[in-house]
Amino acid sequence: MARRQSSSPDAVSNKTHTARLMGMWVPLMVVTELVFWFVLQPHIPPGRQSDSAQGQQFDITVLSMIATPVFELVIMYFIYSLLVWRHPKGAPLVDGPPIRSNMKIQTAWMVITSAMVFGAFVFGTYELVVPAGAGGGEGPNPIWKPSGKVLPVQVIAQQWRFTYRYPTLGGFETSQLVIPNHTEIAFHVTSLDVVHNFWAYQLGVKADANPQSDNVAYTHTNQVGRFTVRCAELCGIWHGAMYNYGHVVPRAQFSSWATSTKARLASNTKNLPPFSYAGYVPSANGAAGSFYSPQDKFGPLETYGAATPTS
Amino acid sequence: MGKGARLGLVLALFVAAFGLVTYAVVAYVVPKPPVIDFAAGHSAGTPVDLHLQVVGSLGYGPHPTYVSYLTMNPSGKWVHTTRWDLPANTQVNVTIDQYDSGSPLRNQYFGGVTGTLGGKATLNGKSFTVLNANNGAGVGHTFTMPALGVSVPLWGVSSTAKNACNQAAPCPSSAAHEVVKFSFMTPGSQSVGHTYRWQCFVPCGLATVDGNGGPMQAIGYMGGFMTVEG
Ligand SMILES: [Cu+2]
Ligand SMILES: [Cu+2]
Repeated sequence: MARRQSSSPDAVSNKTHTARLMGMWVPLMVVTELVFWFVLQPHIPPGRQSDSAQGQQFDITVLSMIATPVFELVIMYFIYSLLVWRHPKGAPLVDGPPIRSNMKIQTAWMVITSAMVFGAFVFGTYELVVPAGAGGGEGPNPIWKPSGKVLPVQVIAQQWRFTYRYPTLGGFETSQLVIPNHTEIAFHVTSLDVVHNFWAYQLGVKADANPQSDNVAYTHTNQVGRFTVRCAELCGIWHGAMYNYGHVVPRAQFSSWATSTKARLASNTKNLPPFSYAGYVPSANGAAGSFYSPQDKFGPLETYGAATPTS
Repeated sequence: MGKGARLGLVLALFVAAFGLVTYAVVAYVVPKPPVIDFAAGHSAGTPVDLHLQVVGSLGYGPHPTYVSYLTMNPSGKWVHTTRWDLPANTQVNVTIDQYDSGSPLRNQYFGGVTGTLGGKATLNGKSFTVLNANNGAGVGHTFTMPALGVSVPLWGVSSTAKNACNQAAPCPSSAAHEVVKFSFMTPGSQSVGHTYRWQCFVPCGLATVDGNGGPMQAIGYMGGFMTVEG
């Protein structure tokens, strides 16, 4: 960054200009950083309903705190230039002093911006995988896993609705998404037709739903409340209507919900195909659609062990 | 070309252009498929009867091969539409005459009845809460309104039925069909003006990708709207 030489009539030295700018910038920076961290952070989306959501909130806060002082310095320098170095009224029009390079400032600029970009790279890469994949879909063989027990929930996308299956609670399938608080959840996201995307906004979870594939995304719930699930992959005429609300509830409430739902759906659960983490194994003949080709390995025998299941 | 002929030509072109513009405006303003109004003149507290039928192929129009729903209007005429205005906070007694065949479900979840009054429906007069689509004729279509949690499977007509409907819609009640009945409540007055989509969840768009193209993505065939009126 080149600076104007101090040959102007007011004869204010560069040092004074720098001191003035710093005197304004440093307090402003300190105030905005404090406001970002303590005042704005709790309100930055997607909130704190899960550890992955909180992680994303933290990331956005940190990146904003890196970017904002730079923004403030640039804007402040613009305004300062306009006010202090504008052409005085009535003064003769003369060419300004030549602009020369300033090795110190240039070096500092290069070093500081490089450090910031490299820091953002390292920070971003780390945050992308912590905690446990940061709520993103990791495919069928996740590299970043949570430690300890997880509650698996299969997310079944189809044109145009999500349904949810709870393999460890009797394998019932429901259109309600209810999960317990303070629990590690493993979403196993799959599709019965085209590519959809399971986006649980306030949980900070987002994972593609591909047919015949198991896309695993982890999150740890931290707050009870409602969250929004949206399909985030354009999937046909009712894509915009493909959403529902999920609920994080206290553990005891979850147990009673699971027990009563299991009982209520029992007569349909026995008609469902056996649970499989390899994706939702669809009905015997694919029910009128060309996606499941005749060569499909999910024939009636493979699915049910019989031409038609004994119910 | 004489003066009169030229004037005539200009006039004819003007009329044609005017006609096209009028057609475009009318086609844009008039809803298509038409909306059937069950809310007009409705007295609060009385149930509304909604009579639908599902046919294997419509038999006329731009897509004669499409599978489709039809709606009976208040004067008893079958109309090719899936769009209705219904009064708020009202019991809707639905009767669906199902003339199409069935198959196992891709997602057997939709074999269950949800969101109806009493959590059940009747099939040919017999009450049920779940249909096992893997047995017998299977499920042909579903009536599902996700936002209200309403979903009812429609049992298919046996493929060996002798008098299967083989004419252009509407199918006559003399043809083989399954009668499914259920009731649901429309949302309260806070939802007046809101529109709810409903659709069939059986991928029944034959010969389209995943069975979900064609009639599954054409309003008036396998999906439509209910608008809640005050
Ligand atoms: Cu979708
Ligand atoms: Cu259908």
